[in-house]
Amino acid sequence: MSALDRSHGQGAVTAAGDGRPTVPRARPRSYYGLPVLNEPVWTWEIPAYFFAGGMAGASAPLALAASVQGNRRLARAASAVALAGVAVSPPLLISDLGRPERFLNMLRMFKVTSPMSVGAWILSAFAPAVAVGAGRELLGVAPAVGRAGQVGGALLGPTLSTYTAALLACTAVPVWHEARRELPFVFAGSSLASAGAAATILAGPSASAPARRMAVGGATLSLCATIAMERRLGALAAPYHEGSAKPFARAAKGLSAAGALTLACASAARSPARVSAVRLRPWTGGRSSRGRAIQSFGAVALLAGAALERWAIFRAGMDSAADPAATIAPQRARRDRA
Amino acid sequence: MSDFELPTSSWQASYGEEARERVGFFTDTSLCIGCKACEVACKEWNRVPEDGLVHRGMSMDNTGGLSADTWRHVAFIEQRNAFELGDDGEGGLRWLMASDVCKHCTHAACLEVCPTGALFRTEFGTVVVQEDVCNGCGYCIPACPFGVIDRREDDGRAYKCTLCYDRLKDDQTPACAQACPTNSIQFGPLDELRAHAQDRVAQLVQAGEQGAQLYLADGDDGIGGAGAFFLLLDDPEVYGLPPDPVDPVRRLPAIWGLTALAAGTILAGVAAAVSGGRHRARRR
Repeated sequence: MSALDRSHGQGAVTAAGDGRPTVPRARPRSYYGLPVLNEPVWTWEIPAYFFAGGMAGASAPLALAASVQGNRRLARAASAVALAGVAVSPPLLISDLGRPERFLNMLRMFKVTSPMSVGAWILSAFAPAVAVGAGRELLGVAPAVGRAGQVGGALLGPTLSTYTAALLACTAVPVWHEARRELPFVFAGSSLASAGAAATILAGPSASAPARRMAVGGATLSLCATIAMERRLGALAAPYHEGSAKPFARAAKGLSAAGALTLACASAARSPARVSAVRLRPWTGGRSSRGRAIQSFGAVALLAGAALERWAIFRAGMDSAADPAATIAPQRARRDRA
Repeated sequence: MSDFELPTSSWQASYGEEARERVGFFTDTSLCIGCKACEVACKEWNRVPEDGLVHRGMSMDNTGGLSADTWRHVAFIEQRNAFELGDDGEGGLRWLMASDVCKHCTHAACLEVCPTGALFRTEFGTVVVQEDVCNGCGYCIPACPFGVIDRREDDGRAYKCTLCYDRLKDDQTPACAQACPTNSIQFGPLDELRAHAQDRVAQLVQAGEQGAQLYLADGDDGIGGAGAFFLLLDDPEVYGLPPDPVDPVRRLPAIWGLTALAAGTILAGVAAAVSGGRHRARRR
């Protein structure tokens, strides 16, 4: 409960003759401080899916690009990450349903007005594409079909990573809806970061240079978009600064920045063209086990940061829905302006 | 964005000859005595389960708000100093009572975001959940700008007011309106109700009730007008109603645009990360 007036219509403000307040109210009136909105019923499976699906979605184009380039280690790593991501996604989504046995009703129709419907179809098309693509990379089965699957997955994957932002933005929850311009880029950035980080761990230092660049770029995008989002939200961003989302939001930022910095140093140290970085090489970039461990540390930090970013956004939505002031204050201001 | 027409609002065309006149509720809260007969009648007729006996300790309202198991909710507001009784300095005390219900929006976010099609628009222009289709995904709940629809915990599906769809089919009045002893809940064709409401609010303002205002009574609000609208004696937020609700799906075209752009950013990011290595290799 942030800026809340529990006096439900009395207020400290004196009423003018026409019953209107003579000075603007600092806090909106409400019905005994009770929420206007009903709190979402989604549980931990949803942010977990945002993370897993987002990572899988950004891994698919990486798998294709690495395969085309002939970087087999990286292609295999990215394929494995994409496959793991799409493997855990349906169970997560189904177990969150109130009636899990009716999960097939998700494909009863296609509705462009429902991001969840669009997402269910994206996931349904993406999963088999990733599976045949992984069959090609990991098992060498049906290379032609596998290549087609990889291309399909590379095109669909990024939409799987970002439609979840549309899903949250298309709600009445203020901290989600008013962040609609930035949320897709927060999700795009942390999907890139987590996909790059996971591939870095699996492919090893010698093959993972593109994955590291992808991870660093993604984390940078995610951090910038998050900062822009919080700035635009203004007072509505309260859950990120004082609510139950605060520890998640802070840890997400810290881990993403630390992970990106670590991987950026590792990449710089591995680049022979940069003389100033050569001294770092034995510490961060070498093929030594120490270099590998440091890269893995950075990658794990990025993965944790991307996951916690989703949790922060999820928790912030719960807090925002429960706060009547978050719903009422902007609407009251809008009405008074009109 | 105001010219953005959603397919779900064209219900009349989709029903063809079966389309009926749009009906709704006009809840005139100036007539409400807070008896809660509507809550009881609704529960009885629709077999809505009991939803806990909680003593909220805030007013004569222990229900709090609409939920899966409360389809009519009587708000009870005790106000001091909200109006002036002469110049005696003592101020006054008044009770505001209002029976809240699903608004059966013209642009109904719950219906638009429902991925299964469980939520649909009836031939009467109302919004109803099909129990045999709903799979409990929960998307309708945060989509509703009024906090109306909710998921029944032990059942797993979403529930809300049906505007007594079964009774409408038999040309009956919805249970709440039937049970209301003061005619605070008025049921009928929406056009007639709206015209009557205009007269009523003018009458109240003329009688000195300065705070009297219609809420959701015409089509130029953020939900394209409601099938259930209200006459209030104070601002909507005092009754727990959002002052300027907007159907979040109205912004979906722009949201989809940005989502596509963000997806393109992922592709570009991967391409840049991969080709960055190529340039470097060439330099070598």
